[in-house]
Formats: sequence, C-alpha cells, structure tokens
Amino acid sequence: MELLDVSLVNWSRAQFTLTAMYHWIFVPLTLGLGVIQAIMETIYYRTGDEKWKQATKFWMTLFGVNFAIGVATGIILEFQFGTNWSNYSWFVGDIFGAPLAIEGILAFFMEATFISIMFFGWNKVSKKFHLVSTWLTILGATISAFWILVANAWMQHPVGMEFNPDTVRNEMVSFWEILSPFAVNKFLHSVWSSWIVGSLFVLGVSAWFLLKKRDIDFAKKSIKVAAVFGLTASILTALSGDGSAYNVAQHQPMKLAAMEGLYDGQKGAELVAFGILSNEKKTYNDNIDPFAFKIAFPKALSLLAYRDIDAFVPGVNDIIKGGYESKNGVTLSFVEKQARGKIALQSLTNYKKAVAEKDTASAASHKATLMANYDYFGYGYLDKPEASIPKVNMVFYSFHLMVILGMFFIAIFGIFTFLSFKNNLQLEKLKWLLWIALLSIPLGYVASQLGWLVAEFGRQPWAIQDVLPLSASISSISTLSVQITFSLFFILFTALLVAEVRIMVKQIGKGPHQE
Amino acid sequence: MFTYSFLQHYWWFIISLLGGILTFLLFVQGGQSMIFSLSKNEDERRLLINVLGRKWEYTFTTLVTFGGAFFASFPLFYSTSFGGAYWVWMAILFCFIIQAVSYEFQSKPGNTYGKTTYRVFLFINGLLGTILIGAAVATFFTGSDFTINKGNIANQLAPVISQWGNEWHGLEALLNVRNWLLGLAVFFLSRTSAALFFVNRLNNENLEINARKAVLVNALPFLVFFLSFVIWTLLAEGFAVNPETGIVFMEKYKYFFNLIQMPVVLVLFLLGVVAVLWGIGGTVFNKNFKKGIWFTGVGTIVTVCSLLLLAGYNNTAYYPATPDLQSSLTIFNSSSSEFTLNAMTIVSVLIPFVLAYIFYAWRSMEKNRTDIADINSDDHAY
Ligand code: HDD
Ligand code: HEM
Ligand code: HEM
Repeated sequence: MELLDVSLVNWSRAQFTLTAMYHWIFVPLTLGLGVIQAIMETIYYRTGDEKWKQATKFWMTLFGVNFAIGVATGIILEFQFGTNWSNYSWFVGDIFGAPLAIEGILAFFMEATFISIMFFGWNKVSKKFHLVSTWLTILGATISAFWILVANAWMQHPVGMEFNPDTVRNEMVSFWEILSPFAVNKFLHSVWSSWIVGSLFVLGVSAWFLLKKRDIDFAKKSIKVAAVFGLTASILTALSGDGSAYNVAQHQPMKLAAMEGLYDGQKGAELVAFGILSNEKKTYNDNIDPFAFKIAFPKALSLLAYRDIDAFVPGVNDIIKGGYESKNGVTLSFVEKQARGKIALQSLTNYKKAVAEKDTASAASHKATLMANYDYFGYGYLDKPEASIPKVNMVFYSFHLMVILGMFFIAIFGIFTFLSFKNNLQLEKLKWLLWIALLSIPLGYVASQLGWLVAEFGRQPWAIQDVLPLSASISSISTLSVQITFSLFFILFTALLVAEVRIMVKQIGKGPHQE
Repeated sequence: MFTYSFLQHYWWFIISLLGGILTFLLFVQGGQSMIFSLSKNEDERRLLINVLGRKWEYTFTTLVTFGGAFFASFPLFYSTSFGGAYWVWMAILFCFIIQAVSYEFQSKPGNTYGKTTYRVFLFINGLLGTILIGAAVATFFTGSDFTINKGNIANQLAPVISQWGNEWHGLEALLNVRNWLLGLAVFFLSRTSAALFFVNRLNNENLEINARKAVLVNALPFLVFFLSFVIWTLLAEGFAVNPETGIVFMEKYKYFFNLIQMPVVLVLFLLGVVAVLWGIGGTVFNKNFKKGIWFTGVGTIVTVCSLLLLAGYNNTAYYPATPDLQSSLTIFNSSSSEFTLNAMTIVSVLIPFVLAYIFYAWRSMEKNRTDIADINSDDHAY
C-alpha cells in the first residue's frame, strides 16, 4: 500500500488549482456576455433595428470562441474529482455527486441544445424562437453555475448529511438543507460578479472602437447596455459580497480571521480598509503585530460579520486556543478538537474490527463513541495547530484587492452610465476615460480570480470543512503521474489560451459590419 | 417510496441507457476520423466538418452527464476507476479537450496553429476517443487490477480506500485482446454510423457515393470485432455474486446465463442487433434508402444498453477486481444511499422533457439536407 506522500497532495492541489483557474477565465465571460447579447437581441426583437442585430451577432461570435474553450476546460474539472480526489469522491460522493448529475441533466443539455439554434438558427427558425433560444442558452449556463456552486458551498459548509460507519462515507439525509442560504448567496455573488466581467469586456472593447474612431454608433449602443448592466451588477455584487462575508463569519471563522489578518480577537473589531502585512511575523503565536501599516474602520468588522457593532470576532489565536463563547456554545481548542478527531478515527477502526468479529455489543459502543466525536473527525488527521491555518497573506491580500476593485467598478460603471445618457456628448473625445475602460478589462478577471483564491485558499486545509482535509482526499497514484498530467494541462491550456486570445483580437479587429 | 434494490437497478438502467446513447452519438467521432478520407477538396471537407459541428455538443454533453450520473449513483466506481485507471481516463479526457475547441477555432483567423492542426485534433479524438472508451467499457466484463479497503480511511498514514495493483494505472487494459475487440468494434461502429449520418444529412452527390461505400467498408470489420467480443464474453467465465452473502465468485458462461435468465434483455439485445444490421443493409443494398442512421442509431442504443445490463443485473459484479474478487463492485455495494437515489429519481422525471426539447430543436434545425451553399450563407459556419 502506498503511504501518504506530501508532494502528491501538493501536486494534486496544484493541478486542481491550475485547471480550476483556467476554467474560471472563461466561465465569467460566458455568464456575463451571454446576458448582454440576450438583452441586445431583445432590443432588436422589439425595435426591428438591424443595427442591434449586427451588434448582437458581433458579441455572439466572441461568445462562441470563449464558450468552446470554457467547455474544453470544464470537462477535466468534473472528472478530476474521480481521478485525483478519489477518496473524496467516495467519502462525500453521496452528497456531492447529486448536484453534478443534476447539472448535467438539467443545465448542460439546455445549453448544448439551444446554443446550436442560437448560432445556426438565424435563417432557420422564427425571430421569436431564436430570441427564446438565446435566453435559454444563458439560462442553461446560469443553472449550471447554480448546481456546481451548491456543490462548492456544501464543501465549505457541510450540512444535510450523516456519517455511516458501515459504508464509511457521509450520506445525504436532507436535500433541501444542501440548498442552504450559503449556497444561494455564493451563487448570486459568483453570477453577479461574472456579469461585471462581461460588462467590463463589452465596455472596454467598445471604448477601443471609439478610440479608433470606428463603428461609433455600434460602440455607443454597446456602451449604453454595458454601463447600465455593469452598474447594476456591481452594486448587486457588493451586496452579495457582504452576504458572503457574513456567511463565512458564521461557518468558517478561521477563513474570516485570515481574510482580515486578525490574530487576536476583539469585541467591536475593526475592518481593515487598506493594510500591509508585516514581514516580521513568522508564527501565529509570536505576538508580533501582523500589520506593518493599516487604515481601518472601527467596529465595522463586528457589524458586518455579526450585525452587531460590539460582537466578539475571534482571531487566529482565539480559534487555536478555544474557550470563547460562540453561537454554538464555548469553543474547543485545537488540541481538544484534534484529540476528539483521533478518538473518532480510532473508534472507526475498532468498530470495523468488532463488526468483523461479529461482536455486536462492542460494535455498538464504538459506534456511539465515533458518532459523539464525529464533528471533529477531520482534525484527527492534522498534526499541529499550524496545519489548521490557511495562508494568511494570500487570503488577506486577495480579499482586500477584490473589494477595492469592486468599489472601483461601481465608480467606472457609474460614470459611463451617467455619460451615456447625456445628450450630444462626444464620448469619443474623452480619450483618457476610454483608455481606463479598455485597461479595466483585465481587472475584472483579476477580481474574479481573487474571489476564488479567498474562498478556496481560505478554506485550507479542508476539502470538506472540519470533516476531511485535503491530505485524506487524494487518489493513490504516483507523484510523477500527477506532475506529468499537470505539465500537459499547463502546456495545452496555455497553448489554447494563446490561440483564443488571438482569435478574439482578430474578430474584434474585423468589427461588427464586415463579419 | 421504492425499495433500495429497485433504485439501484433503476440507476444502473439509466447509466446503461446513457452508455447506449453515448455510443450512438460517437458517430460524431467516427465522422471526424473520416474527414480526410471521404473528401476530395476543401469544400467537401468544410461540408463534413459543418454537419458534424452542429452535433458535437450533444456527444460531449452526454459524456459529461454519463460521468455525473455515474458519480451520483455509483460513487465507488467513480473513485475506484477514475483514480485507479488514471492514464486511460486522462487519455480519453485529453482527446475530448482538444476536440472541444477545434470546431470553433479551425476556420478562424488568428487560430495560431493552422487549420490542419485542429483537423488533426478532430481526427485524434475520433480515433483514440472511440477505441479507448470501448476498451475501458470492456473491462466491465474482463476485470481490472484493484483492491478496496474502506477501513483505510482511518489510517492516517495511508488513508486511500481504493488501490490500483500496478504502475500502469489502466494502460494494462490494452494488453487484453478482448478489450481491444470491443475498442475496435466501437471505433468501426462509430464510422459506420457516421457514414449513415452523412448519407442522411448531405446534399452532395460525390460525398454520398463515398459515404455509401464507407458504410460497407466499416460495417464488415465492425461485425467481426463485435461478434468476436460478444461470443467470447458469452462463453467466458463471468463474475457472479451470491445474493445472500454478497460473495463474488467465478461462474462459467455467466453472461450467457444472464441473457437466458433475463428474456427481456435477450429480446432487446436481438432486436437491437437486427436494427443495426437493417440500417446498414438497407443503405448498402438500396441506393434510395437514406434513413439508415435512424435504424442503426436506435439499434446501437438498445444493444449497448442491454450489454451493460448484462454486466450489472442478475447478481453480477459490473466492475470486477481480478486480484481480489471480493473487492469487485456490484450495483449494491458501490451505490449511493437510498435517500440520494430517491432524490435523483425524482429529478430523473424531467429527463423525458429534456429529450423532447432536444428532439424538437433537432427537427426545427434539420428541415433540409445540407449543401455547400447552405454553409456559405451561414455566417457562423465553421
Ligand atoms: C459559476 C460558474 C461555474 C463554476 C464555478 C464552474 N463551472 Fe463549469 N461551466 C460553467 C460554469 C461554472 C458554464 C458557464 O456553464 C460553462 C463555462 C463555459 C461554458 O461553456 O459552460 C461550464 C462548462 C463546464 C463543463 C462542460 C459542459 C458542457 O459539456 O457543455 C463541465 C464538465 C464543467 N463546466 C464542470 C465544472 C466543474 C466540475 C466545476 C467545479 C469544480 C466547474 N465546472 C466550475
Ligand atoms: C471555477 C472556479 C474555481 C476556482 C477559480 C477555484 C480555485 C481553487 C483554488 C485556487 C484551489 C486551490 C487551493 C489550494 O490548493 O490551496 C482550489 C481547490 C479546490 N477546489 Fe476550487 N475553485 C473553483 C471552483 C470550485 C468548485 C465549484 C468546486 C467544487 C464544486 C471546487 C472544489 C475544489 C476542490 C475539491 C479543491 C481541492 C484541491 C485544493 O484545495 O487544492 N472548486 N480551487
Ligand atoms: C465589492 C465588494 C466585495 C465583497 C465585500 C466581496 C466579498 C467576498 C467574500 C467574502 C468572498 C468569499 C466567500 C466564501 O469564501 O465563501 C468572495 C468570493 C468571491 N468574490 Fe467577492 N466581494 C466583492 C467584490 C467582488 C468583485 C468585484 C468580484 C469580481 C468581479 C468578486 C468575485 C468573487 C468571486 C468569483 C468569488 C468566489 C466565489 C464565492 O465564494 O462566492 N467579488 N467575495
């Protein structure tokens, strides 16, 4: 039997990170641009103005190029749960598999069917049927996002399940609980933030046309749609982002502490608006101030996280030491949780042995011990307190940069919305503003990727919060195999990305009329 | 509502049905392997690529859904096979990744690697994708080299439940002749169906003549490989399960007995084979017959579905472990909980609606046969 190998865990993580982040380059544009083109087609349907049809078709071509590579990178994510996280797939497959299957049945087929009408049906089906197909395509993509995010939210906040020691896995006991507020909020934040990415893309590309003094009418029409839609999206994103932080505070206090660089908890904790972490700090308990510099709003963190300006927000040290009052009572220290986890693991072994020996009395007693300690099962795999702390730097900076960018997007969409409704304004004269719009395209992607870094790195070391750490989730394969597939994915996806970007640039260069 | 055992059988049926639909839809892959050989000039190649290009998403999505449904209903298979036969599945995935971009990218300016590269990607997907999927499915009858110990999870030093027995991680399946027989059968079947599809869809004299020839040329090897696989399997030892104790043991002629003991499956299997042959024969012998794809397609779905039912029903281990028979997976020991299967069963009520709108959309897009003028007037053509 192969022993657990740390480098295998790390390479498996690296591969998952690589493929997920590649997939997420394309997903937000699909979700955002999809709605924008559907809105444009709706305007065309209502007004019959051929110019709107041309605009729709132009964005649709870009959508198609992006969509194809989104699909290519998506399939590997699904199968990776089996290939690289095989233990995970068994241990929680009973719950996790269901949303994935529903996604396939309900969402992907909808997408696949109506996208072919959307692309090839212009001359084959009626105007109305075509419009409906365009909306159903994006609806399918959005439903798919819903189910996969339900699965992801469940990993962050496992509910609706019960451990079965006979089959050695968690089994679903409530489907509705899995559709938790956590999941709904995550879905809204991810989709709304993706609308931002789509709007920034349309805004930036249209700004480029204005800078080039080409296709002015088309560009202004597109800017109008993108600005209004983007402003709506960025306000909704900020609201749902607040909801996310609230949920994190309730269920993943360690992640919240990392997001804020909070080591020692406070009543009436402050919210860091801008901060630079100190290089001096080496371990969590060395009592060195984590910040080299910061600007903070007093009491704001307590307000946001618990809706109470005087609430106690635990820091990393409090969570390790335990003993503070939480909504579930007084918390345990890391050492106590670890001890309970080890008892749970040991009882599982004893239980299995007792069952094999048909010793029902002792089986029942081991089972009782196991279930009494199951909440901390995952801690039995961790060796030291440090193992339960995510990378604070990474999570802190990612979180703060995302929020700052979020504020910036509200501003930029606000300005463009205002300007695009002013009569006889020569938008093409405001060169500096157009340049900002153009250069903001990558910022949307950056914010979106950072969001996932917060969510996923902040959850370390857990694959399933408190239940299963990554190290116990893997498949038994050699590190070399994963290194090889990692490299192949890296090369292939990068090569495809290069091609995609170049095709996009060429298509944009062609403009809306000469398609 | 339903018994646990019923749900396990129901979901094995759904998996088998998806497997059948997937095999039929692999005609897209078969077609990709003939882009170069059927056509004489660029116009004809474009025509072939475009008629296939309007269907590839269905195959891809079916594959994805097949994976998702397997995960949800039989998670132990998902973790054992994908994590164990790592290299085979990775190879299959790579074949499909390169396919997914190729239609959209191949004719676009700026695609960086040139038209031919993407067409070669399509060809590779057609060749390897079909053979590897066929070979992987054949291991349902021939067995694989793994062991399972659920108690491992409590072992902090080596927690992995499923262990593969060798370093080839699945590639060793290619040393087994019977796996190759099914792999090649799937490959030639997909080409046969592709040729039938072209006969049905295209409005181009030269391509139709070539496609009709290709039907015969590919159907013959298909029949040879398929029949060899089926006969060998029916005569071979099979992996039987004792329903009382759950103990797995080898039984002579197991799959043959399964066929006899499940007359419905037997009838379906035979009807399926007849339909496949009808579609092929009709096209080869009657110059005006264009509906071959429908017969062969439905026949393929039914035949493959009943083959998979043979592997899982009637107390059979559908994913046998050769080094340790007791590690073998059956629909009982590898399934999700009763609750999950129930929940998924409720969702599956929607499947007929999904099929209905797919059918409706397909019909509304395919009123006429496609020719080169169609492609030239379509501004989203590949
Ligand atoms: C919030 C949205 C979202 C997230 C977090 C993910 N995906 Fe995704 N996925 C989509 C949103 C999406 C989409 C918008 O529906 C895509 C992207 C582009 C596209 O073509 O469809 C898609 C495509 C896509 C496909 C191809 C589907 C097809 O055949 O059309 C698969 C198999 C997956 N995804 C699987 C996954 C898995 C296993 C993920 C998690 C680990 C994942 N996706 C994260
Ligand atoms: C597409 C958007 C996503 C992005 C960009 C993303 C990003 C990441 C990152 C950066 C990691 C690495 C964390 C680390 O290694 O420290 C990770 C890990 C992981 N993510 Fe996500 N994630 C995404 C979606 C999802 C979804 C929807 C799921 C589940 C449904 C998921 C499941 C996992 C799992 C199982 C890991 C384990 C490997 C690991 O933590 O290293 N991810 N993801
Ligand atoms: C404006 C203020 C914002 C706040 C307060 C905020 C807050 C948050 C929080 C707390 C998380 C972590 C959720 C978790 O771990 O479960 C998160 C995740 C995320 N954020 Fe933001 N965010 C903001 C803006 C943005 C912007 C502008 C984008 C992108 C354009 C974005 C994209 C994401 C994504 C993709 C995720 C990962 C998915 C998720 O966990 O929901 N966010 N955000």
